[in-house]
Amino acid sequence: MEFFKIRRVIPFMRHALVFNVISLLTFLAAVFFLAYNGLHLSVEFTGGTLVEVSYKDAANVEAIRATLDKAGLKAEVQNFGSSRSVLIRLPIEKDQSNAALSQKVAALLKAQDASAEVRRVEFVGPQVGKELYEDGGMALLLTIVGIVAYLAVRFEWKFGVSAIIANLHDVIIILGFFALFQWEFSLPVLAAVLAVLGYSVNESVVVFDRVRENFRKMRKASTPDVIDSAITGVISRTIITHGCTQLMAAGMLLFGGPALHYFAMALTIGICFGIYSSVLVAAPLLMWLKVDRSYFVKPPKKTGPSGENDGAVV
Amino acid sequence: MNRYPLWRYVLIACAIAAALLYTLPNFYGESPAVQVSSAKTTVKVDDAVLARIEKTLQAAGVAPTGLLLEPTGLRARFADTDAQLKAFDLIEKSLNPDHDNPSYVVALNLLPSSPAWLTALHALPMYLGLDLRGGVHFLLQVDMQAALQKRLEAFAGEVRGLLREKDLRHAGIAREGQTLRIRFRDAATRDKAETAIAAQIQVLDLARRDDGQDQLLVATLKPAALKNEQELAIKQNITTLGRRVNQLGVAEPVIQQQGADRIVVQLPGVQDPAKAKEILGRTATLEVRLVDEDAMRSGSTFNVDVFPERKRDGSVSSVPVKKQVLVTGDQFTGASATFDQDQRPAVSVELNEAGGRVMRQATRENLRKLMAIILLERGKGEAISVATIQGEFGSRFQITGSFTPAETNDLALLIRAGSLAAPMEIIEERTVGPSLGKENIEKGFNATKWGFVAIVLFMSAYYTLFGVISSIALGVNLLFLVALLSLLQATLTLPGIAAIALTLGMAIDANVLINERIREEVRAGQTPQAAIAAGYERAWGTILDSNVTTLIAGLALLIFGSGPVRGFAVVHCLGILTSIVSSVVVSRAIVNMTYGHRRKVARLAIGNTAWK
Repeated sequence: MEFFKIRRVIPFMRHALVFNVISLLTFLAAVFFLAYNGLHLSVEFTGGTLVEVSYKDAANVEAIRATLDKAGLKAEVQNFGSSRSVLIRLPIEKDQSNAALSQKVAALLKAQDASAEVRRVEFVGPQVGKELYEDGGMALLLTIVGIVAYLAVRFEWKFGVSAIIANLHDVIIILGFFALFQWEFSLPVLAAVLAVLGYSVNESVVVFDRVRENFRKMRKASTPDVIDSAITGVISRTIITHGCTQLMAAGMLLFGGPALHYFAMALTIGICFGIYSSVLVAAPLLMWLKVDRSYFVKPPKKTGPSGENDGAVV
Repeated sequence: MNRYPLWRYVLIACAIAAALLYTLPNFYGESPAVQVSSAKTTVKVDDAVLARIEKTLQAAGVAPTGLLLEPTGLRARFADTDAQLKAFDLIEKSLNPDHDNPSYVVALNLLPSSPAWLTALHALPMYLGLDLRGGVHFLLQVDMQAALQKRLEAFAGEVRGLLREKDLRHAGIAREGQTLRIRFRDAATRDKAETAIAAQIQVLDLARRDDGQDQLLVATLKPAALKNEQELAIKQNITTLGRRVNQLGVAEPVIQQQGADRIVVQLPGVQDPAKAKEILGRTATLEVRLVDEDAMRSGSTFNVDVFPERKRDGSVSSVPVKKQVLVTGDQFTGASATFDQDQRPAVSVELNEAGGRVMRQATRENLRKLMAIILLERGKGEAISVATIQGEFGSRFQITGSFTPAETNDLALLIRAGSLAAPMEIIEERTVGPSLGKENIEKGFNATKWGFVAIVLFMSAYYTLFGVISSIALGVNLLFLVALLSLLQATLTLPGIAAIALTLGMAIDANVLINERIREEVRAGQTPQAAIAAGYERAWGTILDSNVTTLIAGLALLIFGSGPVRGFAVVHCLGILTSIVSSVVVSRAIVNMTYGHRRKVARLAIGNTAWK
């Protein structure tokens, strides 16, 4: 079996500008949604109490809301995973200990429907959430610096910079989706985003590797030609690899249940945009940064007057 | 050219065999058990307890399938949960006749039912996190400011006493924030005081100040002392929490320091966070009282409180003590294990100023008499030390008795643990019900299983024999990863399972790279053997680069992540490492075994390559 029978080099770089405009538009849209809607952060970030309650039959969300309202609780109630379980979020309230709060909710719901069973309680104090922002930011920063530094050592700084720009643009787009649809952004989602960042960079690395190799092999070709042939050479691998990783993400999306849903969702978006950006964003950036073969191909040695090997050559 | 030396095959086979061995315990499941551990430092679980339990169970006809004495406690396994519950009641009744004052922690638990020879090899099943097995997780923030203030108050008393002793007049000692301000009317006194304090209390940094009216000495804790105090406060709180958790009957509680001023408490299997919180927040106190020796001789209980005292030989005697309480637990500012002048183990304790004054007077008046230290918890008291007053003393003294060094350590902890060093606040709580935990395991497992199956089907169809080899390598990767997680006993959480799935999805990348490269080489006209060699060789650099970048992101998550992110990152990083080995070395070994020893290979079974 063979999906990709590419006989000619596809002139990707001729359309580089188009790809960059598409990227820019999606990027701006994502930034807009992030600014306009904001992220729907989980209690881990905002602080507060989360109670997951399951019922024997379909839960009556309206009734639950009414009951909690009557008790003076500013609760947000929604279905979670199935119609039989609900998720209740309560903001942080002063002078109210968390123990009392979750117990109060449990007692109220039990009184309303005896089959109510508390499956999970999460409480996060305000000070924890703030740290998560900082730690998340630090993790992102360390990843960026680490990757750029590694690629600068293995290739050239231009490779590091274009890879990281291309893939950060993925990260923003994933966040944009979460802002647009108001999906819950939790810690596992953050982990997924950073993992995808590392994974997509790896995609760019595969292309770069081929660019480097082709610079050495195709001595006469121009830079765009070299990049084109590199992309054409690895495109089949790129799509198959991402397809395989996506199979795993799909497994999580279909069978992983509500707990893994958004994690898998972040992966799916990341993988799809990863194909696009690592190949069609990183490579043009590389071209704009004016990468050339001189860095990889050592110019033939000129025997200067003070050359080390002067004596030996004779 | 595609041959590995024999030792390499043997090495790979050994690695796989070892991985299989360490993965094995995960398949045996768990059997219900009852776990007995000590609830008090004075109580030990030993062979005598084992024999007692064995007899009790035999008499009732509930035979355990296994009875094991370990350093951490005693474990009895049972065939089913009915027997387990019945045995639990029996053991609880036999070991803790007084329900309100348990000497032993009797807890229900699930123990891996892997055979003993595996356990002996330290082959244990993966350690499941709370989100997979159910339980309560708390993160407590220790209020260090309050702890340090308490400590400074204690130093204020000490300075006051010292100045009185040296006959140096001061014009007031007050704590302001994290400093101690000592006022003097004239500079000469201040200078003398400074030398005296510096000589006596080395942990204080002193600075001279003049506010126009008085001459001041501003004392702050030295940085090293500050750090020391903070560590002590955390340690003391952990000890106190440990004692309290014991009463909950939790099989494997985790109480750990996290960061500089936080404590994590994890109670697997506990379903009632409210009760857990109530018990964690409870205070135990310590009291020092005089023993009523007349009552001791006559056996009268008139106008005395009688507390049990557990002797070293295990016997329990009653100690009648006077009603008057000399010093209470919150007046103790420190306790540490030490040795007295005769090199006998002792506990050196420190009281605050008020306590010291009372102590001085009491000891002066009651020389050569008995004094008891009583630990009160849940309204029940126990005399933890009864000793003769050897001389007059004040805020610093030693408690001696027939202690071993280990016991003085315990006692010092106990005295410090009598009250919390600093107030704590719950800043994070996570409760997961057991049904949700089971569901999480099942869902995570299913997701991984179906993703894996889909990849295997695709790879085998697309790359034929090479696809099958890649799939085997992927299976070996999973095996290595599970074995490593079991071996390291890293906590597996739901995000961890997700990381297993994701890592497998990413690991196949290496094999796709290799297979594509081999196809390309074949197309370029290489012979099959050369194509294999070139494919593996050329792909290696790319595989390394791409895995390093992924690993960088993984490490960043590991360093800065906490909670669920950390669980993800650990598995992710380990998975990247195992995937490099399995996808390159293992798959190459299989390819070499298949093709390497053939003289002539007409074509490679790697799917269609003949379209050019």
